[in-house]
Amino acid sequence: MLATTLFSGMLVVVIAVALYARSRPLIASKSLSAIIFGANWKPSAGEFGLGPFIIGTAWVTAVAAIIAVPLCIFASIYLAEYAAPRTRSILKPLIDLLAGIPSVVYGAWAALVIVPLIADHLGPYAQAHLKRIPLLNAEYVTGYSVLAGGIVLAVMICPVIISVAEEVLRAVPQDYRDASYAVGATRLETITKVVIRRALRGLMAAVVLGISRALGETMAVLMVVGNVAALPKSVFDPAYPLPALIANNYGEMMSIPLYDSALLCAALVLLVIVLFFNVAARLVLVRGASR
Amino acid sequence: MTRRKLLDRLLKVTSAASMGVVVAALAAILWTIISKGAKSLNWSLITQVPKGDFYTGGGGGIANAILGSIYLGIGATLLALAIGLPTVLYLRTYADRSRFASVVRGLLDVLWGVPSIVFGAFGFTLMIYLGMRASLLAGIITVAMFELPIMIRAMDLVMRMVPHELDEVSYGLGATRCETAIKVIARQAIPGIVTGALLAFGRGIGDAASVLFTAGFTDRIPESLTQPAATLPLAIFFQMGTPFKEVQDRAYGAALVLVMIVLVTSVASRVLSARLGRYVV
Repeated sequence: MLATTLFSGMLVVVIAVALYARSRPLIASKSLSAIIFGANWKPSAGEFGLGPFIIGTAWVTAVAAIIAVPLCIFASIYLAEYAAPRTRSILKPLIDLLAGIPSVVYGAWAALVIVPLIADHLGPYAQAHLKRIPLLNAEYVTGYSVLAGGIVLAVMICPVIISVAEEVLRAVPQDYRDASYAVGATRLETITKVVIRRALRGLMAAVVLGISRALGETMAVLMVVGNVAALPKSVFDPAYPLPALIANNYGEMMSIPLYDSALLCAALVLLVIVLFFNVAARLVLVRGASR
Repeated sequence: MTRRKLLDRLLKVTSAASMGVVVAALAAILWTIISKGAKSLNWSLITQVPKGDFYTGGGGGIANAILGSIYLGIGATLLALAIGLPTVLYLRTYADRSRFASVVRGLLDVLWGVPSIVFGAFGFTLMIYLGMRASLLAGIITVAMFELPIMIRAMDLVMRMVPHELDEVSYGLGATRCETAIKVIARQAIPGIVTGALLAFGRGIGDAASVLFTAGFTDRIPESLTQPAATLPLAIFFQMGTPFKEVQDRAYGAALVLVMIVLVTSVASRVLSARLGRYVV
């Protein structure tokens, strides 16, 4: 039993060390900053700059967070504060169901619904009316874009954020609400000034957990984000996030020197980014609990 | 109505509407997959293996991927259970409330956050290191690692709710820790173990990024652990990637099969845990 416990506990460390060991050849031959900030990805010429991919990941995740965070905070307020117990007992399994749908299925849905929606409606609208607004101006619209990846990611991280946020809100003792109502506060005032203030750290942790899930999501994004290794200028441009880079190139890397090292380095960078967010969320939660 | 009351009403409407949007997204996804998938779903799709020209619009089905996924899911879940169950029992009975247990739980939380593509890359590295080829076994090992933290988290939650008086009664009768763990705690936690295993199975069978480099892909149904195995998520992905419309349409049939497997697993876990929960103290 101790052996399996040690194995389970050490697995994440072993993964990190193994990825580091395999990316050593690349890190040894170039500087780390040249890899992380390098803008050129030309494996055949020996250039392995991960810059465009890291920025692609940041774009897609940011769009997803902008869409999902307000939606999920309001939805969790509804679940925790307004919904009757019966409604909640119907809605919560539905949220779990949303969490259980496989990533490729999300991708297949987005390719069929979201991509045409952007190509036929949102994109042309932006071309006609939003030309002057940076980040929203569309030059050449295919639908396969940062926006499509962001929308599908937003849907995918909703169950993560909602379930944690609802738990956090419900953990605020009922006495606080009662005291607030007793001095004449409305429900809105109670929720914004008492419940949310009390639960703020937990809500932040819920959001950060959702973001860390979005950062590593692979297949659904890969299917709709366009996979062009250039810096996107607007949400209608394609991007190429880190997970997609790894998934798309792994099969064909053997013949080029340092290629596999570069891809495992990409996996290591992704792991470090995700773990940073994850650990940050846990620290916020633990600190919040101890106060 | 005063301004305060109006704002109050506004929050209620906004939050209910937000919940509505999330539920509508779920409904839209299920509706798309069911309506589009039902059209291309037929008996030959789920009972035949692909013919040579399947990916250019030819005949055949995805029986190879369905069976491959089920073998892989069951194998990975059993392997993860073989590692995960002793781990949670150890955390509950031997290391209970110790510093060691909280460190291990923290590391497992971190492992839970590792993206599946990273498990895939690590699994591939491990496979090369051990001199294995892309095969059912390599896929099982990788998916088991991916499932492990999901399963442990679910089981640990239930194990911790088993009352400590039971341990004391068991020790009082002269049982050792090992006997207590296996005969008392594990038995009490059976609903949680089943739920955890089925939850992990559902996640494992739907994950594509971890099997992309490790399980391989083939038109044949795997007959041994050393052969490559096709999987449903990858079958969907590859069919979506072809330029042929009828092949893409069949991807939705495959997606419907995958969603049904995941749904049945999730319903089964609810029913089973309610059934088995009747005898829990």
